[in-house]
Amino acid sequence: MDMRAPMALLPLRLDRLVFAAGGRRIIDDLSLTIEAGSRTVIVGPNGAGKSVLLRLCHGLLPPTSGAVLWNAPEIPGAPRRQAMVFQRPVLLRRSALANVAHALGIAGVPRRNRSERALEALRSVGLEGYARHPARVLSGGEQQRLALARAWALQPEILFLDEPTASLDPGATREIETVILTMASAGTKIVLVTQNLGQARRLGDEILFLHQGRLAERARSELFFKRPQSIEARQFLEGVVPW
Amino acid sequence: MVASLDPRLGDIVALSLQVSLTAVAIAGVIGLPLGALIAVSRFPGRRTTIVVLNALMGLPPVVVGLMVYLLLSRAGPLGTLGLLFTPPAMVIAQSILITPIIAALTRQVVEDAWLEYREQLRSLGETRLGAVTTLLWDLRFSLVTIVLAGFGRAAAEVGAVIIVGGNIDGVTRVMTTAIALETSKGDLPLALGLGIILVTIVVALNAAAYAVKETAQRRYG
Amino acid sequence: MVVTRRICLLVLLSLAAFAAGAQQRFITVASTTSTEQSGLFGYLLPIFENKTGIKVHVVALGTGQALDVARRGDADVVFVHARSAEEKFLAEGEGVKRFPVMYNDFVLVGPKSDPAKIGGGKDIVVALTKLETSRAPFVSRGDRSGTHLAELALWKTSGIDIDKSKGPWYRDVGQGMGPALNTAASMNAYILADRGTWLAFKNRGDLTILVEGDKRLFNQYGVMLVNPARHPNVKKDLGQQFIDWLISPDGQTAIAAYKIGGEQLFYPNAGEHDA
Repeated sequence: MDMRAPMALLPLRLDRLVFAAGGRRIIDDLSLTIEAGSRTVIVGPNGAGKSVLLRLCHGLLPPTSGAVLWNAPEIPGAPRRQAMVFQRPVLLRRSALANVAHALGIAGVPRRNRSERALEALRSVGLEGYARHPARVLSGGEQQRLALARAWALQPEILFLDEPTASLDPGATREIETVILTMASAGTKIVLVTQNLGQARRLGDEILFLHQGRLAERARSELFFKRPQSIEARQFLEGVVPW
Repeated sequence: MVASLDPRLGDIVALSLQVSLTAVAIAGVIGLPLGALIAVSRFPGRRTTIVVLNALMGLPPVVVGLMVYLLLSRAGPLGTLGLLFTPPAMVIAQSILITPIIAALTRQVVEDAWLEYREQLRSLGETRLGAVTTLLWDLRFSLVTIVLAGFGRAAAEVGAVIIVGGNIDGVTRVMTTAIALETSKGDLPLALGLGIILVTIVVALNAAAYAVKETAQRRYG
Repeated sequence: MVVTRRICLLVLLSLAAFAAGAQQRFITVASTTSTEQSGLFGYLLPIFENKTGIKVHVVALGTGQALDVARRGDADVVFVHARSAEEKFLAEGEGVKRFPVMYNDFVLVGPKSDPAKIGGGKDIVVALTKLETSRAPFVSRGDRSGTHLAELALWKTSGIDIDKSKGPWYRDVGQGMGPALNTAASMNAYILADRGTWLAFKNRGDLTILVEGDKRLFNQYGVMLVNPARHPNVKKDLGQQFIDWLISPDGQTAIAAYKIGGEQLFYPNAGEHDA
């Protein structure tokens, strides 16, 4: 074992996780383990708690009870080894390059290396031509690609994505999916929430089906879509409204 | 004096700008980060702090002038500095006057933006202090408006500078105190002339900043 | 970042400019609004500054305020016109010695229509009595200034208890000579003013001089060095130079030479040691 290499973040273990707000349990006693390697896609009806689950894992929300246990605990103040892309990208009023460089700065990358690494990240998503462009004048799809480039530049071990293509047209959606697949094959663990079942089929190796804050079903992607085991999953896939 | 472009008029205008610009620079250096920090932080007594900060925006200039006078007078705690009746005293008084304005308005603007930026910045691992810097730069166009508001308040006030400056001819006489003096001497046309100059300067500054802001905003989105 | 650096530079330059200005030799003189607003200082001080290189910073307030500023040690010299207040100042040990410098006179100013019929009179007591009886509108400075104290003394001399007699006709404005004159002009009221401020005043409206020349209307100015034993920061050498010049033949000639519209305002009398 190489003593200098840091321990891997994954597997991630969620232990009897509960998140309550406004008197309601949004995540209700959830326990599961997320392993490295496969692309995990989380689906479920509205209000199932998918977005909240992502945020609990990523540390944006504190659990009401239960624990989020990484294999290597996160050291506060150290560069983050996980990243997240949101439904609407939040970009700074700077150039595309500067946005990525900003993230690299937070991660502790020395100033002299930032431009180069940022440019490389832009190249990997096909945005190097827009390096000097103000980020906020880019199109929706380009902005989301930039958000992905920013995440890429950080070389995270795990990437959370919360409905990243919900506001994009099919062309832009394909571009984003391509980038996600590329990042996955480069070794980043993907955890994606989506309402787009086609996307779930295209990108997911395994499906986590959430229903009313609980894990109702977990299966390999082909199995889930062909032969869902639980009633809720079956109803969901048939488009039946659960209430 | 106005029509003949008396050099004394030039001195008065220059001093007014020097005092108020310096004061707004100091108030900005203190108020912008302070307001931003309060906006992104959670701490006990936060709501009270915000209420007090907003209330301090309405500090009457004469009250500030009186307080600073008592501080800087030889009979007061900071008397040994010998700053009373000098331009630095006026800068101090105006800085105290406008820092709450800049801080309170910055807090409001940053807090509104924080709702939008919070998750992303925390996701990237940005610290609170880092977020302050990032947000202050990102909101720079709105902040320019705030700083200008502070400058306008400083350039327009007379109560503080007349008490701590003493309206000394050639030393601490600024546009507002000169207007007050000429009005009291009954030379209303001169007072009016000075007033028009003062308003013109402030309007010109605002117009220039607005133009810069508009073009920049269109570029950066 | 460039913006921040430019702002820092601006602040530093300004502070440096202020500091540089502060190095110059100067004294702080607490004086009255009437002396300043008459334009005397604008005429006199450059002469002194050219001769000695000492700049004179005049803080113009009412007599009461000027003496209070000196009591706090915020001035080096006081130059006011209320002998009783000045004597009190000396008695408190706040001043070193009082030197008479010059005098001007007060004039009773009022509307040309003169409802109280005092115009052309030479007796201030008669005039004030008529004003009080007719309850004609009268503006008082009410600010413990030399002029205000003189006005109160004159009511007393006329045998009128003004605290009892004052009613809506007596407008106590609590302001300097200029603003008080503005108020009187807009109200067409009577007012006691020092001749210097009156001559320099431009917003006269309907007002004109109605009573003048009574010896009791004389207004004596005195100058004192603030006591350095009490206030070690007082610039006693520079301050004394200013006082010495004011009472010197040069200073006295300069004072007499100041005129508005050909009229002399102040009469030097440093030689009258009991003035």
